Amino acid sequence: MSILQVERLSIAFGGVRAIDDVTLSVPRACVFSIIGPNGAGKTTLFNLISGVYRPAAGRVLLDGVDVSGFAPDRLARRGLSRTFQNLQIFFRLSALENVMVGRNRHETTNVIQDLLHLPAVRRQNRATREAALAALARVGLEADADKPAGSLPYGAMKRLEIARALASEPQVLLLDEPAAGCNPVETGELDEIIRAIVREGVTIVLVEHDMRLVMNISDRIHVLANGRTLTEGSAAEVRSNPAVVEAYLGTHNARGRAVA
Amino acid sequence: MARLIDSRYTPLVAVVFVALALPLIFPSPFYYRIGALVFIFALAVIGLNLLMGFAGQVSLGHAGFLGIGAYAVAIGPTHLGLPSWFCIFAGAGASALVAYVVGQPILRLKGHYLAVATLGFGLMIAIVLTNEAGWTGGPDGMSVPRLVLFGWPVHGSKAWYWVAAGTLAVGVALALNLIDSPSGRALQAIHDSEVAALVLGVRVARKKLGVFVISAVYASVAGSYLALLNGHITPDLAGFMRSIELVAMVVLGGMGSIFGSLVGAGVLVVLPQALTGFHDYEHMALGLIVMGFMILLRRGIVPTLGAALAGRAP
Ligand SMILES: Nc1ncnc2c1ncn2[C@@H]1O[C@H](COP(=O)(O)OP(=O)(O)O)[C@@H](O)[C@H]1O
Ligand SMILES: [Mg+2]
Repeated sequence: MSILQVERLSIAFGGVRAIDDVTLSVPRACVFSIIGPNGAGKTTLFNLISGVYRPAAGRVLLDGVDVSGFAPDRLARRGLSRTFQNLQIFFRLSALENVMVGRNRHETTNVIQDLLHLPAVRRQNRATREAALAALARVGLEADADKPAGSLPYGAMKRLEIARALASEPQVLLLDEPAAGCNPVETGELDEIIRAIVREGVTIVLVEHDMRLVMNISDRIHVLANGRTLTEGSAAEVRSNPAVVEAYLGTHNARGRAVA
Repeated sequence: MARLIDSRYTPLVAVVFVALALPLIFPSPFYYRIGALVFIFALAVIGLNLLMGFAGQVSLGHAGFLGIGAYAVAIGPTHLGLPSWFCIFAGAGASALVAYVVGQPILRLKGHYLAVATLGFGLMIAIVLTNEAGWTGGPDGMSVPRLVLFGWPVHGSKAWYWVAAGTLAVGVALALNLIDSPSGRALQAIHDSEVAALVLGVRVARKKLGVFVISAVYASVAGSYLALLNGHITPDLAGFMRSIELVAMVVLGGMGSIFGSLVGAGVLVVLPQALTGFHDYEHMALGLIVMGFMILLRRGIVPTLGAALAGRAP
């Protein structure tokens, strides 16, 4: 069974149908990409799936359970996490501490224990720190652990968000334009990072404009335009679909890259 | 060398050192009273800083909790025959309960809306304290019986100086503990991005409510101590100006800095005393000095000076 299903999902802002009757089904432990021109509704779809927005119609099923309308923290505790297109870094904290926050749902001390700094808190802090360091290492940021998160370059912040989400041990991870601001070398590293995550059984839903990365890494690609599904298929199928080419050439592409 | 004292406890060491050192330079016993006031306000300010500086949630009604704590030690012994020490705890419990109930709807609000809602809460408490004259003495207030601890009356500025210093040390230690804990990290994360905290599974509403309750308890204990120190209270203690004063202490000292809270309370308690020589212009001078501080040290005294000392631009 699919780990994530979206059934006839819709939401509108004012008159704009940002997501209009979208249905898709994501198999387990694969890379499922969602592409489409700017304004197609990709980020809105992520907001709906992750509980940031409530759908006006339709359902979201996580591991077979209807989770429509669940708050984001509840979804996170069921194993769905995400990163953000416009960064949402905890600027007050170090890189490591950012990732430590990702461990929150696995931390067991209560606020009274925290106030008293009981031995359980000390053990918890150590365990959280170790897990967070491991997550940082998975995205290649272990050397930046103690730097203020806000001092990292843009591409590193994008990876920091991945590490933070990984630390929460998701089953499904939504990545919103992780390669934005990356040079080709960094994009290559990102490709490796994503593959390693999938090998561990995590399902990746990827929104990305870098078509080389998308075509290389995706098991399936779902194409959105104007809030609606244009088509879905393998990389080869999508690449050769004239409607997709037209949707991209008809509007402007963020990186100015042709799809094919 | 084994690190007996974790470096994160530096502000605690500072409190203990300052409390022990100050009496050596006090020219007269009157200064014990000022010292006690600084410590008591610092306690309330640390609590409010946990809410504002760490979790990023403003409260313009925190003097309401000062009021609850203060009237607990006035009403409990006077009308109910309860011991004062018990009423400090009962007041803290009542403040926690009120914060828990009021916090649920209020803390959903953000920014200016939260500010106005907390302002309304503070006004409500002040009005209740003014109107329930049968219990509170109305606008004239009521006198507060002395605290008796283990058979000893805690009396006079000097005794309160030490009680307040000891309690402040505990308050500082608890705050430092909280910051370096799962709860503390979650609160700071909420300050920067609620949505990011949420998608990582942080129960944001619960965490905010928790820190609101904690900050209410800090303020309540401070309120009880102020009442006991002064021996008389009026509803002004719970008033809007007091709430603003607490916020000013947090911001002036430095949001998110426990050290800053001590400094903020110190400056805003001592300055008005030091400026009494200006007579009619006292408030004007105070206002100008506070404005000057904020313009020159815009992130608050401690964070700005700390950054400058660390060699970065302020
Ligand atoms: N919170 C919102 N309020 C109003 N309009 C929105 C909101 N979020 C998205 N939209 C609109 O929905 C459409 C899809 O946006 P978005 O999902 O960000 O596209 P994409 O991520 O594919 O570039 C756009 O027209 C955008 O302006
Ligand atoms: Mg987008």
